[in-house]
Amino acid sequence: MTSIILVHAALAALALTALRSRPVAAAWLGCALLAATAIAVAVMGIGADDVPVERWTWVGELGFSISFRLDGFAVMMVLLVAVLGAFVLWYSIDYFEHDATFARFVGLFIAFAGAMTGLVLSDDLFSMFVFWELTSVCSFLLIGLNDRSAQARASALRALLVTSAGGLSLLGGVALLQSSVGTSSFAGLAAADTTGTVARAAAILVLVGAFTKSAQFPFHFWLPGAMAAPTPVSAYLHSATMVKAGIVLMARTSPIFAGDPVWRWMVVVCGGTTMLLGGARALRQTDAKLLLAHSTVSQLGFLTILVGLGVPGALYAGVAHLVAHAVFKAALFLGVGAVDHATGTRDIRRLSGLGRQMPVVAVSMGLAAASMAGLIPLFGFATKEKALAVLLHPDGAAVGIVALVFVVLGAVLSTAYSVRLFVGLFGTKPDRSGIETAHVHHAPTAALVVPVAVIGGASLVAGLAASTVGGWLDAPAAAQAAAATGYLALWPGVNTALAVSLTVVAVGAVVGWRMPVEPGEHRSWPITGERAYQFLLDGLLDGSRRITSVTQSGSLIAYLGVIVSVVAVVLGVGVLGDPGAGFVDRVLADSAVQRAGAVLGVVWAIAVVAARHRFVSALLLGGVGFSCAVIFAAFGAPDLALTQVMVETLTIVVFLLVLRQMPRRFEADSVWAPKLVRVAISVAVGVSVSLFAVMVSGARTAPSVGETYAQLSEPEAGGRNIVNVILVDFRGFDTLGEITVLAIAALGVTNLVRMARRQRTRAGGGA
Amino acid sequence: MIGRRSVILDEADRWLVPVILMVSVYVTFRGHNAPGGGFAGGLIAGAAFVLQFLAGRPLRIGRSDVHRPTAIIGAGLALSVCTTLAPLLFGDALLESAIWKIDVPLVGTVKVVSSAFFDLGVYLLVIGVVLAVLVALGADPDDDESSGPMAVEAS
Repeated sequence: MTSIILVHAALAALALTALRSRPVAAAWLGCALLAATAIAVAVMGIGADDVPVERWTWVGELGFSISFRLDGFAVMMVLLVAVLGAFVLWYSIDYFEHDATFARFVGLFIAFAGAMTGLVLSDDLFSMFVFWELTSVCSFLLIGLNDRSAQARASALRALLVTSAGGLSLLGGVALLQSSVGTSSFAGLAAADTTGTVARAAAILVLVGAFTKSAQFPFHFWLPGAMAAPTPVSAYLHSATMVKAGIVLMARTSPIFAGDPVWRWMVVVCGGTTMLLGGARALRQTDAKLLLAHSTVSQLGFLTILVGLGVPGALYAGVAHLVAHAVFKAALFLGVGAVDHATGTRDIRRLSGLGRQMPVVAVSMGLAAASMAGLIPLFGFATKEKALAVLLHPDGAAVGIVALVFVVLGAVLSTAYSVRLFVGLFGTKPDRSGIETAHVHHAPTAALVVPVAVIGGASLVAGLAASTVGGWLDAPAAAQAAAATGYLALWPGVNTALAVSLTVVAVGAVVGWRMPVEPGEHRSWPITGERAYQFLLDGLLDGSRRITSVTQSGSLIAYLGVIVSVVAVVLGVGVLGDPGAGFVDRVLADSAVQRAGAVLGVVWAIAVVAARHRFVSALLLGGVGFSCAVIFAAFGAPDLALTQVMVETLTIVVFLLVLRQMPRRFEADSVWAPKLVRVAISVAVGVSVSLFAVMVSGARTAPSVGETYAQLSEPEAGGRNIVNVILVDFRGFDTLGEITVLAIAALGVTNLVRMARRQRTRAGGGA
Repeated sequence: MIGRRSVILDEADRWLVPVILMVSVYVTFRGHNAPGGGFAGGLIAGAAFVLQFLAGRPLRIGRSDVHRPTAIIGAGLALSVCTTLAPLLFGDALLESAIWKIDVPLVGTVKVVSSAFFDLGVYLLVIGVVLAVLVALGADPDDDESSGPMAVEAS
């Protein structure tokens, strides 16, 4: 299993680098890989006596590992990911044609497929989190594939921010579970006691993470925005696979945590609201792709209720409907893409009579739409029937009844928008005055039609063979909870569920039929998730801007003033805490040379302050440095002296290079930092640093490490120069840090100068 | 270039720069046992380039112009980091020094300590930093960045 994911990563890297100029070849390789993955997983996982497990310790101390487990549910999900992925990738070859972004698309697509495979194979929450974030990043890059479009970039950022905020919530949940229960593996959590307050809070955090990924209210708004992505991306990531990650997470965790009423109510209320909200919005769309996006939101709400409730029967229905949704929604998205590709529009107001011109696509999408609407004998009928049957026999809890109401209303809407979608795309509209009808420019190629037909036809085949397919789904559902087995039926017999189902379909069909093609003015709620997101994002940016404008005034005097004042205050407080410390038995100088060096340094320093010219001042400052070098040398520190001399020399040169671009003389007083203030700050910092130095040098309590270093230097590090051995060996890490800082500073200088010069050139060129 | 050319600087540049560079290498390698080391050595070499720069000569190392000092910085940093990490490959602690004694014909036994490579990295990095600063700040401020002896290639 690890190898499968690694091969995905390798091929993705290859597609983004070596095969960049040959994206079609890369795409075919990707199709082959996905097909091979499907076969390998089917051989390994289906009917295996022992469930294959792989585990790699990552951070052993924290109990983190990357672990995979190919149980029935994982097999089903990998098959969905790989098989749908292969079809979508094939489809994309003709969809993109000669688009320049195709190479990037192929690489990211394969990377995503690998990440998603890892996610569904994960056997613990930590592994899942890692792949979860990987899918978020891939999704971000794929939504923003057309990076010249501001709208695509904004949508990508929004999707990333919302899903990664959820990722943080998930990580918080994982960390809390790890620390309170001691494990993050699904099996471990199922066996452990998770009724403690911390564990329950962790479960809610995990649930919030699932909600963001699966676009549940109030985080649903990022998904329709994600439709800025090319259609294959929408079909695969934002409908069939990635948005199911939250459902997968809930499927894995709801049998463990759903005993908590907070969890159940959150699932039902948020899932139900999402279902209705998405359905209602879908009904108002005129862009077929956006209609599908909102319908996906709605269907995800349905799945959330089924899977998140933690009731075995509902879980089975949820798993079945997950498959049904992935299949019919992929076909619908790809079909809309084919229509878009052929006619240049997906606006249902501009399309009329397309059914006769694109019969294969129309029939295939018709099957898929019928499955979404829940019509006999499509697969969507069987799964929805199962869901209704389970929810009609609640265990007496109020939460079950509320869930049922939501599901029935939501089902009405899903029939309605299915009808709207199909009629809108392919129906012949009578009143065409004033609207230009779009025509088929060029017939879609096989790669655009065959995937739609095959996946669309699968809804019919699976529906006709509902009982067989239902039997296959036992293993996936039972992987979560042993009791979650069930059956599907093409004709369940006349019962309450069927009556409800037929009523739903009838009402929904009428609503969808009667809904005007041109929807009225859309009234948005005063408080929506989207507005909250925008408010937070704007506030964050605005707040940062304000804080920056206050703290980063751009005045050198202000920066230096703040830095130096802080030093003066901090050290001054330390000195005042123990006044006069360090002056006892202090030897000021050992030799006349030291004394001379010190006096010279003081004279230079006074001259620096007295100088009127910047150049002179800089040169005198060098004098202070050389005086220090004399003192170091006289103290028996030749290394220090040598370095000091060299640093001082180079510093003077650098100073002069900079100063020649500044006025030669110091300016007159600045307005808000008059001379008196500057003198006060200077004196304060000078005095406090001097006193602090004296105090510190007299404050030694422990023996110096110098002796130890001197003894270890030759045997341990093979050097007799202790200073150098300290630099490159004993304290080599410090040196490494310092030279890294040095490198960064040099890069900073280089780029700042280049930027300033470019700005000047541009300004000069414009004048 | 700053100001007019000076004969003294020209001659100093011609004769002193190679000597200073040799001294810098010597100082770097003797650093382990006597005053010196990569940092001081790098600064000395930097001083050589400053002299070259002040004499108005294009910055050169050997026969090639300095185009991208950042590459030298990167090489130095990479060498130091590799020396830091290398002991891990042999199961030792980070920065653990290995000491080799090699018999070189005519010279006798030469002791090589692995940390010399660390110091060499520091040496390169410091040279790169000095060059980067000279290239960045030394160019004529009114010049277009794509012309002049200190032209920097976009990196």
